[in-house]
Amino acid sequence: MKRLLTLLFCLSVSAGVQASGGGNYDHAPVDLHNKTSLQNGAKVYVNYCLGCHGLRFLRYNQMAEGIGATEAEVKEKLMFVGTKIGEQMNVSASTEMQTKWFGTNPPDLSLVARSWGPDKLYTYLRSFYVDPSRPMGVNNTVFKDVGMPHVLVGLQGKQKIVYKDVKSMEKQEDGSMKEVVRQEFDKFELVSVGELTPEEYDATVGDLVNFLTFVGEPHQLDRKSLGIKVILFLMVLFVLAYLMKKEFWKDLH
Amino acid sequence: MGVLVKTRDWVDERFPLMDTWNKHLAQYYAPKNFNFWYYFGSLALLMLVNQILTGVWLTMNYKPDAELAFASVEFIMRDVEWGWLIRYMHSTGASAFFIVVYLHMFRGLMYGSYRKPRELLWIFGMFIYVALMAEAFMGYLLPWGQMSYWGAQVIISLFGAIPFVGEELALFLRGDFVVSDATLNRFFALHVIALPLVLVALVFVHIVALHKVGSNNPDGVEIKKNKDENGIPLDGIPFHPYYSVKDIVGVIGFLILFCIVMFFAPEMYGYFLEKDNFVPANPFKTPEHIAPLWYFTPFYAILRAVPDKLGGVAAMGAAIVIMFFLPWLDKSPVASIRYRGIIYKAALAIFVISFFVLGWLGMQPATGILTALARVFSVLYFAFFLLMPFYTKMDKTKPVPERVTE
Repeated sequence: MKRLLTLLFCLSVSAGVQASGGGNYDHAPVDLHNKTSLQNGAKVYVNYCLGCHGLRFLRYNQMAEGIGATEAEVKEKLMFVGTKIGEQMNVSASTEMQTKWFGTNPPDLSLVARSWGPDKLYTYLRSFYVDPSRPMGVNNTVFKDVGMPHVLVGLQGKQKIVYKDVKSMEKQEDGSMKEVVRQEFDKFELVSVGELTPEEYDATVGDLVNFLTFVGEPHQLDRKSLGIKVILFLMVLFVLAYLMKKEFWKDLH
Repeated sequence: MGVLVKTRDWVDERFPLMDTWNKHLAQYYAPKNFNFWYYFGSLALLMLVNQILTGVWLTMNYKPDAELAFASVEFIMRDVEWGWLIRYMHSTGASAFFIVVYLHMFRGLMYGSYRKPRELLWIFGMFIYVALMAEAFMGYLLPWGQMSYWGAQVIISLFGAIPFVGEELALFLRGDFVVSDATLNRFFALHVIALPLVLVALVFVHIVALHKVGSNNPDGVEIKKNKDENGIPLDGIPFHPYYSVKDIVGVIGFLILFCIVMFFAPEMYGYFLEKDNFVPANPFKTPEHIAPLWYFTPFYAILRAVPDKLGGVAAMGAAIVIMFFLPWLDKSPVASIRYRGIIYKAALAIFVISFFVLGWLGMQPATGILTALARVFSVLYFAFFLLMPFYTKMDKTKPVPERVTE
């Protein structure tokens, strides 16, 4: 019986590992306790993203609380004139105009960190490269033929894609094996310099992704801190309940 | 006499309060040798209560409207006081309910709990399982995310494969030509009123049937065969206080695991809440890969293993229906796995492995080798049931003791 259970456990674990696979993305430096990072991420978002991508499920005052800023600071630095602190962070441009400009309606990003996951976002925002065949002049290795221009290009600078040749043996139609050479993504190379060094750019994108992770689930720190308390309480209760059970069962045998 | 005793007697003259208490708790005798596997019945009941209570509070802020549903769930997650907790209790609870029910059913398979005289008990249990699947399926549409929408689209379209009436039936279920606001509204009605009523009623008769025949136990021997001079089973102990205090330990132990998932991994890496369901439903954009939630995937894999659509639907239905017949497929002279031979043990192991593998396959895209695998394991799944009358007869069993062992 025990052996069967062990086998089942191993099987389910290996299934889990395989299912969670998918693309190879760089690990995003998410830390919701790092308020400086969240504040910088919020600043980048408001300056570079909010023009097109709304955060319709987040209110400015919720953002203030989450990034550890006062409402006055948010009002002064992160809000456009005429918006109110209890309002949701909607876009200023109309969706009609946006569809005209980009051929598609830029999606709301309130939940993008949950649907994409932070790692994919972090990799995506660092994977734009020059591609003259695209209308915006850029393409992306994470999101092929993306409609969005590279809005952070001023910070990062332009980069080009470098391929490497990968040789492999492949079966031909007539059954013989033949060596085939394929081009695969190797690395990016900067072709023009931006305001930031590559390290600074990665850190800035990291802050932005950190901020979006907060936006995806504003109560996640509450969730975890409550969780520890509840579980500790249950553990104490478990011991007491177990002792009570032992006490009752003592007179059985 | 104290006020409490007086009140109790006043009620007792008008309602069988003490009778019921004694019959079902204080003087209900359960076998004394229950092990770990006997926690899951009470845990399933706990999950039912959890789903109903959190469901009631979710309903207070949820909007069953295609325009508003997705945003109302996010409203609950962000703006409603403790809304995130209630929502996670419900979403984690749904998966936990299935885990507990699957373990409860597996216990039945191990110890022969479905065998005479407990056939009807098993059948009521199977009806609960089917109702639970319907409840979960309809509940999953309500957040109105991409997976909610397309999952429902795929599953309902399966009914279209039924000859003659299929298309009409699918139309009748959806209330529209595609999954739409009309579908959302009726699923909401069924999820919050109709099916919970059915579930509660079925759980009630499940327990009534259990208390009529008495619990089975890990030895599979009938404790009612050996009674003392007062008619009390020698191997029985009163459910209350012995199993009530024991089940409290089980409940707390379970809640610790439940809370670890709910507070620290409520999405359970996409198994409990799928990533794509954080994108609002879009009828014009089919997701690349549509998979139902984990508790349906074994059956989804069986569905896709059959090349023909109608055949697949029939196989999927048969995979569930066949479980109802278990009491009559098992021809073994003994009930518990403890006294069965190697053949049944091997068959059960293969069945459980098949169920897990099919569950995993149901989450993967159906391509070449995986489809072949799904076919092999689907055959093994059915073989467990269809060959049971033969292998349980052939199996070399051990002698069963007269009384339960410690």
